[in-house]
Amino acid sequence: MSMQSQDIIRRSATSSLTPPPQVRDHKLEVAKLIDVTVCIGCKGCQVACSEWNDIRDEVGHNHGIYDNPVDLTAKSWTVMRFAEHQDEGGRLQWLIRKDGCMHCADPGCLKSCPAPGAIIQYANGVVDFQSEHCIGCGYCVTGCPFNVPRINKDDHKAYKCSLCSDRLAIGQEPSCVKTCPTGAIQFGTKEDMKLVADDRVKDLKERGFANAGLYDPQGVGGTHVMYVLHHADRPELYSGLPANPAISPLVSIWKGVTKPLATLALAGVALGSLFHYVTKGPNEVSREIEEEIEAEDKEAAK
Amino acid sequence: MIRDPKDLKRYNASERANHWLIGISFILLALSGLAFFHPAFFPLTQFFGGPVWARILHPYIGVVMALAFLIIFFRFKHLNKMTPADKEWLAKAKNMVDGNDHDMPEQGKYNGGQKVMFWALAVCMLLMTVSGLLIWRAWFGFDITLVRLGAVVHAAAGAVMIGLIMVHVYAAIWVKGTIRAMWYGTVTRAWAKQHHRGWYRQVTGK
Ligand code: HEM
Ligand code: SF4
Repeated sequence: MSMQSQDIIRRSATSSLTPPPQVRDHKLEVAKLIDVTVCIGCKGCQVACSEWNDIRDEVGHNHGIYDNPVDLTAKSWTVMRFAEHQDEGGRLQWLIRKDGCMHCADPGCLKSCPAPGAIIQYANGVVDFQSEHCIGCGYCVTGCPFNVPRINKDDHKAYKCSLCSDRLAIGQEPSCVKTCPTGAIQFGTKEDMKLVADDRVKDLKERGFANAGLYDPQGVGGTHVMYVLHHADRPELYSGLPANPAISPLVSIWKGVTKPLATLALAGVALGSLFHYVTKGPNEVSREIEEEIEAEDKEAAK
Repeated sequence: MIRDPKDLKRYNASERANHWLIGISFILLALSGLAFFHPAFFPLTQFFGGPVWARILHPYIGVVMALAFLIIFFRFKHLNKMTPADKEWLAKAKNMVDGNDHDMPEQGKYNGGQKVMFWALAVCMLLMTVSGLLIWRAWFGFDITLVRLGAVVHAAAGAVMIGLIMVHVYAAIWVKGTIRAMWYGTVTRAWAKQHHRGWYRQVTGK
């Protein structure tokens, strides 16, 4: 028997009328809580990610900034993004955000993917790419509100953070959480992580960060990777973290009910043609006109 | 093959080859495109050697079709100018569909319906080509909003185009004696006199 998690609540390009195995439905939702205010930008998590997942990105170039690599790639599933911000008092703040897949409750990638089973969502909320089913079309990139998935140029498959679903399956926390030396990344049930965040936010507010708050955007149904931000009122400060992420209306139109309706309409045209033929009969050349032509030919032959 | 030397030549060999190149590429594009369009059609990818091959091949076939279409467009454009008689034909199209074509106005090489089809397909092909290039990730990486727009347009115009081609093909099956024009390029004089009397007069001088 193959190893199956049997807790898949959503599967790309699969009707909810034919659900994937999901008997194990009592699972608690999990979340990774990234406390940006505690992160020191050591990139230990980047290294741990590369180690555990056993992927080695190319050694890039120094672009004159701390971000390295400068962007997520098919082989760098998480990157630290460094932003310099001057607060109202003119003091420098270094806003360091660990970027990567947010594991949305309503994932735009899964909604967009045309390949059955190439993207799945587990009962604990993790959104995972099943790369052997991936066809490399890049629709997930088009659907993602956070610009996370990347197509690998070597094998033309899409990759992103799996939230270490393999580690979670055996009761371990993600490798970035395990490695973080400051405890800026925590992991647990989503409920617990919200409580932890509450405490942190309260603490930050007492220390003068009046706008501190939790980033768990509801436009995508909430996420299973959340941030504690000092400036929760302005998430864009953190290297363009979207303030109100949601699946783009264009993607919703593209992937909405219009497609089954268009499919029915096409079936209607096909059936309509068939029934037109059998009810009205073929449009034959009339015998009358054929006789006219034959008469002309006879006339000409005389 | 000339069945009857008095048959009328409607298409030369090069026009027919051009049309078939478009037809074949369209069928391949529709089959592979539908596979990505809705999961119900995903098994169609097996015709192409699996889903990855379908994803790889589709856009290249699209480029072939776009080029072949461009050529035929310039070949037939001047024959598809709308005239008042075409408008009259269109106003009466319902009778035609009902199988009652006795009082239809006289038509040239193409009737009003065929001309509407020509222009509708040309618009679709343009939309499909532009949007197809926008979403072709193997070669391009356009701005995300453009790609999303491209995805919507490609899917919508694709569905419309498939519907139009179904009508186009059905019309050829329904009107007996038409399909041979695409096989060997000729039609009978009776066919021409019944369906395209203006053209019949023009080529026979009657
Ligand atoms: C120059 C012409 C064309 C280009 C470059 C093109 C390109 C593409 C690309 C890149 C995709 C995404 C899947 C993939 O990566 O293979 C796609 C999907 C598709 N194509 Fe095309 N294509 C073209 C013409 C056509 C035509 C003429 C049709 C007509 C039936 C068509 C129907 C479709 C459909 C239905 C989809 C799926 C759309 C969706 O997922 O919503 N394409 N095309
Ligand atoms: S690239 Fe792969 S995972 Fe992404 S949408 Fe296409 S098939 Fe799905």
